[in-house]
Amino acid sequence: MTTSFGPDAGSTHPRAALMTVAAALCLLAAAGPSGVEPLAMTEVAPGVFVHQGAIAEPAPDNRGDTANMGFIVGDSGVAVIDTGGTPELGRRLREAIAARTDREPVIVINTHMHPDHVFGNAAFADVPIAGHANLRDALAARQDVYRQRLTDELGAGASAGIPRVRVDRPVAGEVRIDLGNRLLVLTAHPTAHTNNDLTVFDRKTGTLFAGDLLFIDHLPVVDGNALGWLSVIDGLERVPAIRAVPGHGPAMVDWPGALDAERRYLTVLVEGVRRVLTAGGSIQEAVAHVVEGERDRWLLFDAYNPRNVTATFAELEWE
Amino acid sequence: MMRYPLMGLLASLLIVLSTPAPAATDAAEDAARWDLLHDMYFKDRPVEEAGGRIRIDAPARAHDAALVPVRVEVEPSLRLKTLSLLVDKNPVPLAATFHFGPASGGGGIETRIRVNEYTNVRAVGETQDGRLLMTEAYVKAAGGCSAPAVKDPQEAMARLGRIKVKLPETPVAGVPATAQVMISHPNSSGLQFDQVSRTYIPAHYVRSIVVRSGGRTVLEAETDISIAEDPNLRFSFVPVEGGTLEVVAHDTKGATFAQTVPLAAGAGKDEPAL
Ligand SMILES: [Zn+2]
Repeated sequence: MTTSFGPDAGSTHPRAALMTVAAALCLLAAAGPSGVEPLAMTEVAPGVFVHQGAIAEPAPDNRGDTANMGFIVGDSGVAVIDTGGTPELGRRLREAIAARTDREPVIVINTHMHPDHVFGNAAFADVPIAGHANLRDALAARQDVYRQRLTDELGAGASAGIPRVRVDRPVAGEVRIDLGNRLLVLTAHPTAHTNNDLTVFDRKTGTLFAGDLLFIDHLPVVDGNALGWLSVIDGLERVPAIRAVPGHGPAMVDWPGALDAERRYLTVLVEGVRRVLTAGGSIQEAVAHVVEGERDRWLLFDAYNPRNVTATFAELEWE
Repeated sequence: MMRYPLMGLLASLLIVLSTPAPAATDAAEDAARWDLLHDMYFKDRPVEEAGGRIRIDAPARAHDAALVPVRVEVEPSLRLKTLSLLVDKNPVPLAATFHFGPASGGGGIETRIRVNEYTNVRAVGETQDGRLLMTEAYVKAAGGCSAPAVKDPQEAMARLGRIKVKLPETPVAGVPATAQVMISHPNSSGLQFDQVSRTYIPAHYVRSIVVRSGGRTVLEAETDISIAEDPNLRFSFVPVEGGTLEVVAHDTKGATFAQTVPLAAGAGKDEPAL
């Protein structure tokens, strides 16, 4: 959970002022040789580091830091998994890597196309990028819209320097990456959260980077296919992990129990939309009534549930 | 059917669009745009306020700008000849014009549109004696025309041209009933930019949909890029004993999609398009 969430988040002036002072002190104390403040990281398993983003929409108070990202250190190099929502977050992630290890990043892995996970790629221009085989086309069709949205939310400074879409290692099916005495398994999934979801499994520690195939606390966002997502969950559940890193939520959660809440939401969503369709109802009726019972169980419900219902209605009416 | 000179229209609208206006003049700006659209689409014909005889039901704030459901309700006694749907501030404002035929059940129409910025959405009905009646609704949404709406392009291409018709369980001959027609089509607006190829994805959209009941015309629709992906129409028609409902659509690449379903019980399941 995040303390900055809520409609009154901006009203706590004394605390905000305190935070600013604290942040400035932190900057003085922690800025590396490059002058960039390294991101706070949690070591969730030996050699596996995660930065937890805020559960919120990108906004000035969180500087676009709204998704989880991480890195895994092997004997011969580092794998970076998602890079954050702005070029600056990417630079701060790179600074955090340099602070933890003298190994260099050898691969950047993007779990999917969403801007809060990929725009930090700007800080890794010298590192090859791996992603789902559909990632390049999907992001290419959206990047200008995403960049414009970021400019509207955080200003032109935040979106400056976003490079052209680049996917050097497209993944279809399964690909293994050897980091030196450490094998990562990259798996490309059928359409679920998006049409380009990719997971990363670190065999050494049993840690699964699930990307946005796993939402915790943050309402799941359907930008792919709700039914497809449910069937991908059934497959994911069999991954022999002991912990997972969600795309949004805590730095780590137990596996596979962490899938339960998301599966319940998606199931209620699909069943609710089907009921409206069977009764000959409209999209507006579905938006007004479907999944209401889930409202209190998630953050950002009103921001995303109407869109999820709309998208799922348009998907299921072809059944 | 005549097509409007869209490029000229687009050019004149872009000039209006690029003129900055402070918020205080929003109402004046809206009025000026309507004057422009009135002139463009209806020439010097007077347009009256419909005053409740035509109503628009649209979300005040859309959840997905690329898929905004709009229902136009028309007082049945009006027996409209045509109904036009306009999205004032879209690059191509005229979303569709529906010409109603003898097998129309009257009433209105429901469809889904794209909305590019906060805008008025208008329905203009033409009565049998040639009067134009208008109503409008304000919709807050942005980015719908350039939004990359197709979530799964491979699935969309595999499904392109599939037509699904939903009919009432037990239609009664002669009694107006509601039908829904869905046409699987990306309806590409030509405004969606591909960052890798550095080009706009070419416009490719459904430009006409004709529906007939027992061989008689229910409606003929001229449609454009303001209609959302997978064009979707709900309308009223008059069933014919032992008859069929026939749908024929054409797109801008010259493709024809057609589907005929019997009105008998058990009908309404979709079959492969021709
Ligand atoms: Zn995502």
